[in-house]
Amino acid sequence: MATKRVRLTFRPELITLPIIYELGHQFQVITNIRMADVDEHVGWVVLELEGDAGEIERGLDWAQAKGVRVDPIEGDVVEG
Amino acid sequence: MTFATALRCRECAREYPLAALHVCEFCFGPLEAAYDYAAIARATSRGRIAAGPETMWRYADFLPVDAAQRIDLHAGFTPLVRSHNLAERLGLRELYIKNDTVNPTWSFKDRVVAVASSKARELGYSTLACASTGNLANSVSAHAARAGMEAYVFIPSDLESGKVLGSAIYAPNLIAVDGNYDEVNRLCTEVADRYPWAFVNINVRPYYSEGSRTLGFETAEQLGWRAPDHCVVPIASGSLFTKIYKGLKEFEKVGLIGPVQTRMSGAQADGCSPVATAYREGSMNFRPVKPKTIAKSLAIGNPADGYYALRQLKETGGSCASVSDAEVIEGMKLLAETEGIFAETAGGVVIASLKQLVETGKIGRDEVTVAYITGAGLKTQEAVAEHVVQAHHVSPQLEAFEARLGLGVEQRQSAAVEVR
Repeated sequence: MATKRVRLTFRPELITLPIIYELGHQFQVITNIRMADVDEHVGWVVLELEGDAGEIERGLDWAQAKGVRVDPIEGDVVEG
Repeated sequence: MTFATALRCRECAREYPLAALHVCEFCFGPLEAAYDYAAIARATSRGRIAAGPETMWRYADFLPVDAAQRIDLHAGFTPLVRSHNLAERLGLRELYIKNDTVNPTWSFKDRVVAVASSKARELGYSTLACASTGNLANSVSAHAARAGMEAYVFIPSDLESGKVLGSAIYAPNLIAVDGNYDEVNRLCTEVADRYPWAFVNINVRPYYSEGSRTLGFETAEQLGWRAPDHCVVPIASGSLFTKIYKGLKEFEKVGLIGPVQTRMSGAQADGCSPVATAYREGSMNFRPVKPKTIAKSLAIGNPADGYYALRQLKETGGSCASVSDAEVIEGMKLLAETEGIFAETAGGVVIASLKQLVETGKIGRDEVTVAYITGAGLKTQEAVAEHVVQAHHVSPQLEAFEARLGLGVEQRQSAAVEVR
């Protein structure tokens, strides 16, 4: 079993969709929300995923294909 | 010794030991160094600081490392230049330029890497690492060389040769990654997870970011032990922006200066302005962006401290400007032509933003204002190469010189009068 920590960012048109629910049902991963916020401009969730490493990646690829931005929780690590 | 007592979560305030940790295990919030300020207040004084080295290490009492083991390239204590020409041009009564272009590797990154590398060695690491498009790579490479540590420096494979050279000269393991920005980002996060290296802006980030506070300390000391009314600071990850203010507030807390009422304003390029955009929208949540600007040292589309920068903007009554690439070039030229300081593109962003903030009334003309110039212009020559004056080509005869410049008897006589 592997774990991965990610930050998901949702554009306004995605905010009302049950994407994290579907992520946990369509893929064999456990989703665990640690922090989140939403307003009319953007929504974000800091999430821990637990499961097979390949299944986690497939799940995150699916979320990205839906239009969700997936980032490491550290933000951008490439600096100037 | 250090007066740092723990790493504390910025969200839930849970505390952790002073180890190579950067994320709270409970809420995944970022960790930050916490200090025993009562002990610092007893130990420090204006005299003790003034008698210290003319580097950032004069503030060792405020840093989360054992200064006796420091890796020291003599970073910091850079000039705070009183501006007359630029101030007059902008209509400001009291403007200062914090000239951090003169650090050992010509950017403010030497401050943060000095702390991160010192702490890394203190924690037993023998390897320093980073992912960077320029300034950070240069500084990590140099500090590792000074410390006798191994260095792994990840850079995008399409980086300009001048920037590569600025790291390569120090002989790190230089890894040019073929891939887009997001792919480089992801690879570096995975490498940091796998290898027992001190990744300066990942696993030792709580120490790294503390180095930026020295810019706040220096500003207060160099202003004659007072805080400015207004600071204009470039925003990339948002760390520098928040830490300068933290430094000012800490000096207030330990009694070195009076009450701090500084307004903090940010500067971003239009092509990478997640914080400025959220500020304009009145939101505390920024939307990550794909950077597209000549100000590459500020091209962080998903800033780690973006939320904290927004919070600070709001709390201090500051503002956040964003400027076009054309304005960035004009800003670089304006600073050079008025104050004799050649800044990199980030400096152009700051000066153009300063101009915008004054013109829109966000900075009052009587406010004591400090603009932070964080990197030297020779690093980004290509940005202005086609926008500067061209040489007058003349043959080696006095007549040819005078003819080319349109000089004659009149100019010689007026010069003679001035000499008398």
